[in-house]
Amino acid sequence: MSFCGIAGFLQKIVQWLFQVFPGSTSVLWVHNEATRSFATPSSSQMNPAAVITAEKLTKTYGDLTAVDAISFEVPAGESFGLLGPNGAGKSTTMKMIGGVSQRTSGKLSIMGLDPETHGPEVRAHLGVVPQQDNLDEELKVRENLIVYGRYFGLPLSYLRPKADELLEFAQLSDKAKSRVDALSGGMKRRLTIARSLINEPKILLLDEPTTGLDPQARHILWDRLFRLKEQGVTLILTTHYMDEAEQLCDRLIVVDKGKIMAEGSPSSLIREYSTREVLELRFGSERNATIGAELGGIGERVETLPDRVLIYADNGESALEQVSARHLRPLTSLVRRSSLEDVFLRLTGRSLVD
Amino acid sequence: MSTLSEGQAQARSATEAARERTFGPLYSRNALAVVARGLMAAKSSTWLVLVSGFFEPVLYLVSMGVGLGPIVGNVAGPGGQQISYAAYIAPALLAVSAMNGAIYDSTWNVFFKMNFAKLYQGMLYTSLGPLDVAIGEIFLALLRGLLYATGFTAVMAVMGLVTTVWAILIIPASVLIAFGFASFGMGITSFMKTFQQMDWINFFLLPMFLFSATFYPLSVYPQYIQWLIQALPLWHGVELLRQISIGSFSAATAVHVAYYLVMIVLGIMLTTGRLRKLFLK
Repeated sequence: MSFCGIAGFLQKIVQWLFQVFPGSTSVLWVHNEATRSFATPSSSQMNPAAVITAEKLTKTYGDLTAVDAISFEVPAGESFGLLGPNGAGKSTTMKMIGGVSQRTSGKLSIMGLDPETHGPEVRAHLGVVPQQDNLDEELKVRENLIVYGRYFGLPLSYLRPKADELLEFAQLSDKAKSRVDALSGGMKRRLTIARSLINEPKILLLDEPTTGLDPQARHILWDRLFRLKEQGVTLILTTHYMDEAEQLCDRLIVVDKGKIMAEGSPSSLIREYSTREVLELRFGSERNATIGAELGGIGERVETLPDRVLIYADNGESALEQVSARHLRPLTSLVRRSSLEDVFLRLTGRSLVD
Repeated sequence: MSTLSEGQAQARSATEAARERTFGPLYSRNALAVVARGLMAAKSSTWLVLVSGFFEPVLYLVSMGVGLGPIVGNVAGPGGQQISYAAYIAPALLAVSAMNGAIYDSTWNVFFKMNFAKLYQGMLYTSLGPLDVAIGEIFLALLRGLLYATGFTAVMAVMGLVTTVWAILIIPASVLIAFGFASFGMGITSFMKTFQQMDWINFFLLPMFLFSATFYPLSVYPQYIQWLIQALPLWHGVELLRQISIGSFSAATAVHVAYYLVMIVLGIMLTTGRLRKLFLK
């Protein structure tokens, strides 16, 4: 940073002090044109339809490679998921997209801009729902939305009706004047999502949006996200919940240890890496391993986990009949459809939620 | 959802303007939003904190000036003229309170918001850059310092300690002092990871408060201690305000002001560099 830069900057502070001081507090709401940079994607170097393009994106922390040369593209309006266990590099990827973490190498373009050099401009298009709610506890519910909009340099004349509209959307209209710490976990999450929409983002980044919520709160949230998707907002979602990925994602990448293991739609991934059905058997924790070894030949594949044995077959009921025919009596048995959990198990040999 | 068409129209130029900015990804010229947020939060926060910050120097002034003053009698002020002990320590106490207020706002307050409230993380996911946040927070600290200084100067006037119109200048001068400490304090806080480390700041501030010619002249010390005190920032603040309070200016006045200007520039460079490292890693 140059000394001249500092001097010029101090001069700006002085000018700005004069702007603030002469009048009443309403002068504080000076509309700032410079920050209202809702840029249209003017010069996308790569695929013009893609709003996010990552090429060999890499992030290392010392010896640890958190994200290892991953490449992907997300077209506008798609709902794109990053699926993987904790520590797979999902959140780091999200941070690089938001321009709050600098990549070690590789290319990244968000709506034609590099988030590293154009952080404020890129983030003007982004809505971010972080893993942990970071609502402003010193402000009331509605104030949270308005103040957050001010961070984007948006005028109050736009923010006031917008805040009410978003409170309606988040089903929080009757809480507008409540304190944030009086909200339930699900309400806080919805408020965080409402807040992320204040700048009408083209891309919404959701990092583990429903972690820690009860089933009812999750379903309300999914419904809201689905509506956004219908409105054409591009959703980028990390999750380690399979059902969430299946509900919300058009396409996803399975990430493990910073690498992409597979890519595709939830159904195509299941078709490719799993069977139609799965038979889950429990023989008791001591016997699962020994009996698992005796189940060879039933279905396409047998996976023995500490708590249960999984048999992958196109017809789960007939697989269960074969098990019975061998005079093996499981404590419980369950036939279900294959899920992304099974895809992950197949790809990594580990289950997703440890 | 409606779109912001006028925003899109000016989009290209805004993007290009951003490329030419000195601080590119660090600054989006919207520190005002951070200030507005602070004022809105202050509205709902307890006023007790604000009031206690005002009374601290007033209590010192009453106990030392009114209590100890008659025993001490008159002392030699800047330029050699005789002034009451209360008039001698009052500007020094204001300098200390400017320092303490700025340090509190830029260290403990920032430390909490950075590490616990995650406020800055939220802000930095918007169009704001780290420099917007730094300027906004420092400005808020100064605004508070301005309120305290104005109140304290009024108390001085009521106690009959103001004898010249020049004394009105101690208000902007104490804001200058607060600016110096606030810009440095925030940079230093960014190095702190635990509460124990935060205590080091007090360990440094308390002796500086007691020994920076606050309660007695620097001449009581041997020469090398004098040099040490003169190298530290608070002494310059104490001397500056003391000179202004009785309208006795000299070449040293310019040195004191220059000391703080340099401190502000270095402090902002440090803070910005640190914020870049912390939040744009």
